[in-house]
Amino acid sequence: MSGSWMTTRAWLLMLPLLVVMVSVIGWPLVDTVRLSFTDAKLVGTEGNFVGFDNYAKMLSGSNFQRTLVTTTWFAVISVAAEMVLGVLAALLLNQQFRGRTLLRALMILPWALPTVVNATLWRLIYNPEYGALNAALTQIGLLDAYRSWLGEPNTALAALIVADCWKNFPLVALIALAALQAVPRDITAASMVDGAGPLARFRFVILPYLVGPLLVALVLRTIEAFKVFDIIWVMTRGGPANSTRTLSILVYQEAFSFQRAGSGASLALIVTLLVTVLAVAYAALVRKAAGSTA
Amino acid sequence: MLKSFSRMLLGAALIGAAFVPQAFAETSINALFMAQAAYSEADVRAMSEAFTKANPDIKVNLEFVPYEGLHDKTVLAQGSGGYDVVLFDVIWPAEYASNNVLVDVSSRITDDMKKGVLPGAWTTVNYDGKSYGMPWILDTKYLFYNKEILEKAGIQNPPKTWDELAEQAKIIKDKGLLATPISWSWSQAEAAICDYTTLVSAYGGEFLKDGKPAFQSGGGLDALNYMVTSYTSGLTNPNSKEFLEEDVRKVFQNGEAAFALNWTYMYNMANDPKDSKVAGKVGVVPAPGVAGKSEVSAVNGSMGLGITTASKNPDEAWKFITFMTSQATQNQYAKLSLPIWASSYEDPAVTKGQEELIAAAKIGLAAMYPRPTTPKYQELSTALQQAIQESLLGQAKPEDALKGAAENSGL
Repeated sequence: MSGSWMTTRAWLLMLPLLVVMVSVIGWPLVDTVRLSFTDAKLVGTEGNFVGFDNYAKMLSGSNFQRTLVTTTWFAVISVAAEMVLGVLAALLLNQQFRGRTLLRALMILPWALPTVVNATLWRLIYNPEYGALNAALTQIGLLDAYRSWLGEPNTALAALIVADCWKNFPLVALIALAALQAVPRDITAASMVDGAGPLARFRFVILPYLVGPLLVALVLRTIEAFKVFDIIWVMTRGGPANSTRTLSILVYQEAFSFQRAGSGASLALIVTLLVTVLAVAYAALVRKAAGSTA
Repeated sequence: MLKSFSRMLLGAALIGAAFVPQAFAETSINALFMAQAAYSEADVRAMSEAFTKANPDIKVNLEFVPYEGLHDKTVLAQGSGGYDVVLFDVIWPAEYASNNVLVDVSSRITDDMKKGVLPGAWTTVNYDGKSYGMPWILDTKYLFYNKEILEKAGIQNPPKTWDELAEQAKIIKDKGLLATPISWSWSQAEAAICDYTTLVSAYGGEFLKDGKPAFQSGGGLDALNYMVTSYTSGLTNPNSKEFLEEDVRKVFQNGEAAFALNWTYMYNMANDPKDSKVAGKVGVVPAPGVAGKSEVSAVNGSMGLGITTASKNPDEAWKFITFMTSQATQNQYAKLSLPIWASSYEDPAVTKGQEELIAAAKIGLAAMYPRPTTPKYQELSTALQQAIQESLLGQAKPEDALKGAAENSGL
């Protein structure tokens, strides 16, 4: 069979998918780009061409810079914590012990929960008047009085990160656990005979098998964390005093609350661009890692 | 191939035809309500069932969202023609009218309606001389107080001025009855603006002057200063800055607040022994005034029902609205929200068992102060919410925060 027929066949087989992708992702994207150069309102006017005005206004506004910082903090800390927690959980669940299957199944639960449910749940835990966290911390003596976790700027973002981690570390754990199955037993056994301690075993024997899959998890989680909206919208709506307002919330406010579809679209595209840059950088990393282990 | 295709079409047509008679017999309208304050979801469902019983040819699909989602959901659904009837807040008609979201129903409003409904209620639905719906929830924020705690503190009468409120709260705090006696809904949301507006009206402030922000000085600034002082002096529950109305209600019902600002619905809920620890001890008066400036204060927190421009059944939608806002319906469900009809306030069937609330309503509703009427309300409100929270948190001085809000208000 000739190569060109293979290529044609591949394209033919992908055609239905491509048609769907172009119509549900491609076309809205193109329309968003068009919108971003107009002063269109969400309802009513179609808008006039305004060039790069929207972009200039959005990028120079203090709101954008502040929310970019908030979003970056949120993404960096929550993804880092999820990676560490996820790997630790995977290592534990890779051990032989009774009840392992049950624990593996239970670990998936937070991740399987809809984000809105998760957010509501954590809002109840953090409740300043009758929340479980306040009760637990005061009863063991760590706290003198109940605190308003989501009402103080210095704790609100941290509280959100904890809630986000709890929901998302199982994904990392799941990917890491799958990768651990590929580690050959004879190599770990041999390293033990050679006298490698647990840390050295992890660093030199297990980690090389984890790097590739973990990079994939890192890419997925970073992109998701950068786009975070629902968990924050339910828990703080960006408050107090906008200290937890992320880029997606800013886009939502601009486009839907204030109904400025034009500048909202430009802001959304700026966020898309940022995420794309991240994704491309990561993809290069993944390729490099894959090349070095192969 | 072609033949089998045409046979398939025929089959589809037949299946379609089988459904048609039913579709003609029943018009279905979609209505959007809120699941928060005022009429409960159960009340709205019961009213709607009564309507369908009287109009078996109209089917009503109800949907409930939190207040925070009501505006955005309404606007977003316009593109897909989602709702026929929507509940809207008093602050939205300007924007909805400018953006062609609601239908002008001025010609549908009858003389009986015009005569029977309290004059102040119409401000809820009017913009630029036209009516965009019927008022439905007539509401303002009242001052609720815990009679038992005031009695223990030796306080004879609830406060008449905001300064007096602070003094009484101080007595309660000093006597050790409650660490933080006052509860508000100061979360970064519209709720905070409602509390702020109440104070602005007390201090004789103004939001806009000739279309430009005017809240940065005078009464607008005094109002925010009062909030900040009340917060920093420890008289206000510090958790207020993450409270919505429902949180305030829970705190008050647990007996953990001596004073609370909230809507009508809290009166009968807090007086329900099944759910509340303070049943029978709930006092309600109009929100206080400021010596030399006002007797009482009140925010216009009313809401109306309107027909969207996307509706294909405006007549059925209006029929539904007429039923929901009728005096008979409103009198029957007058526990969580009071009627828009003037004569209802003299009707023993309505007033019985809630005489205190009715007395407060007669004064409070007459004093209702509007939030600014502008198509850019959402932006203004968002900027003010930020200013209020920054001031409470000590991130900015009230005057600077309000100046910033004026610049970011888009006006």
